[in-house]
Amino acid sequence: MGKQTIIPFGPQHPVLPEPIHLDLVCEDEKVVDVIPKIGFVHRGLEKLIEKKEFLDFVHIADRVCGICSFIHGMTYCLAIEGVMNIEVPPRAQYLRVIWSEFSRIHSHLLWLGLTADAFGFEALFMNSWRIREHILDIIEETTGGRVIFGACKVGGVRRDISADKLKDVLNELKDIEAQMHECADVFLKDSSVKSRLKGVGILSKEDAYKLGAVGPMLRASGVPYDVRMSGYAAYKELNFIPVVENTCDSYGRCVVRIRELFESCRLIRDAVAKIPDGPLESKVVGFPKGEYFARAEQPRGEVVYYVKADGTKFLKRFRVRTPTFANLPPLLKILVGCQLADVPILVLTIDPCISCAER
Amino acid sequence: MPVGKMTSTILKTLGKKPSTRRYPSVKRTTFTGARGKIVIDLPGCIYCGICMRRCPADAIVTSIKEKTWSMDHFKCVNCKSCVELCPKKCLYMELEQATPSLKRTGQEPSLKNA
Repeated sequence: MGKQTIIPFGPQHPVLPEPIHLDLVCEDEKVVDVIPKIGFVHRGLEKLIEKKEFLDFVHIADRVCGICSFIHGMTYCLAIEGVMNIEVPPRAQYLRVIWSEFSRIHSHLLWLGLTADAFGFEALFMNSWRIREHILDIIEETTGGRVIFGACKVGGVRRDISADKLKDVLNELKDIEAQMHECADVFLKDSSVKSRLKGVGILSKEDAYKLGAVGPMLRASGVPYDVRMSGYAAYKELNFIPVVENTCDSYGRCVVRIRELFESCRLIRDAVAKIPDGPLESKVVGFPKGEYFARAEQPRGEVVYYVKADGTKFLKRFRVRTPTFANLPPLLKILVGCQLADVPILVLTIDPCISCAER
Repeated sequence: MPVGKMTSTILKTLGKKPSTRRYPSVKRTTFTGARGKIVIDLPGCIYCGICMRRCPADAIVTSIKEKTWSMDHFKCVNCKSCVELCPKKCLYMELEQATPSLKRTGQEPSLKNA
């Protein structure tokens, strides 16, 4: 056994924009143990729920994460609608699916760019983010915000997309899809990308399942699990099939995310084709009473919202389990035994969003 | 082994203009319905305080006694809920976002009806 050195990694690090601290115990260049530390950006949302009305809290839930904001807001609404037995109109359900999928595309493109940046492929990073910019424009056009959509409310949605606008969006999506194919080709076929990702950070199917991995991390290890299969919002009418890879490594996670980009485009097209006319929201009467768990699939994995209400306008308890929090144990598993130079890439493959993990 | 898969994209973009803008001089056109900056049409305001109570960021302070309405634009999170809740419809949202400032001005500007 060689001499062991502890190398601190984060919370500030050139390739890691997220405030997580890892103590890497290294023998020469090999990582033999990892000790994580989180809690740098704790915001205390569980206390805040006691003094914000349940209808207004959706704006705060929207801001739990800066990337998958819409799905956070939507899951909070699903939880409240579950407690109060509110039936959401079908048009609102479909609009929620469309915005969720746009959110997924922009998050995955962001991740692809960051990954390219982490292994030093600057041109690919810029290219991914250039494509993402078009998606952000569509989002701003339809919701009013670029990354914080603010389009969801308890009982429905706040805005409608007109039929003409939907047609324009589909036309734009066609161009963007062509650009994404070109970009995805580089990720899937370029030898320099493969040499950094293939065979790095192996997480076996059993480990992924036992450690509770979620999202692309789980699906790249061959477990066909995606909360969208449960059919919340309008997913039950869109024949959703999860994207699964069996390579169990970082390259597999990259492939899952790339294939999900095109799956999301397919879902948006299907949703636009099937979207019915009708009201945008149901009226919310009274105050919630009871408790409810709501689950939804974010770009990073499964998010769980728990709410407990006692019949007043303030909720009693509220809890979020974000996908990054669930993906931390698998991250510690894949870091052990890797090379020190691979650590940034491996931390990025879980698509970390520590700020949303700490709430 | 395919090497340089990126080359064709790079060659294609070489002859094109940059995708970025030179920001302060060239501004992006705004979209209709974009959430920008909250503006108040003060003569219409009845100082009911609904916007103050329902603001998720506690950015608005109103006083029915002194007949004042003030807002900290640095606290505002552009959720637009005050615009939707205003009973007199005297709050509205500009399409352009608030510009950056060198000073954090706090509760200013406080507006008062004459």
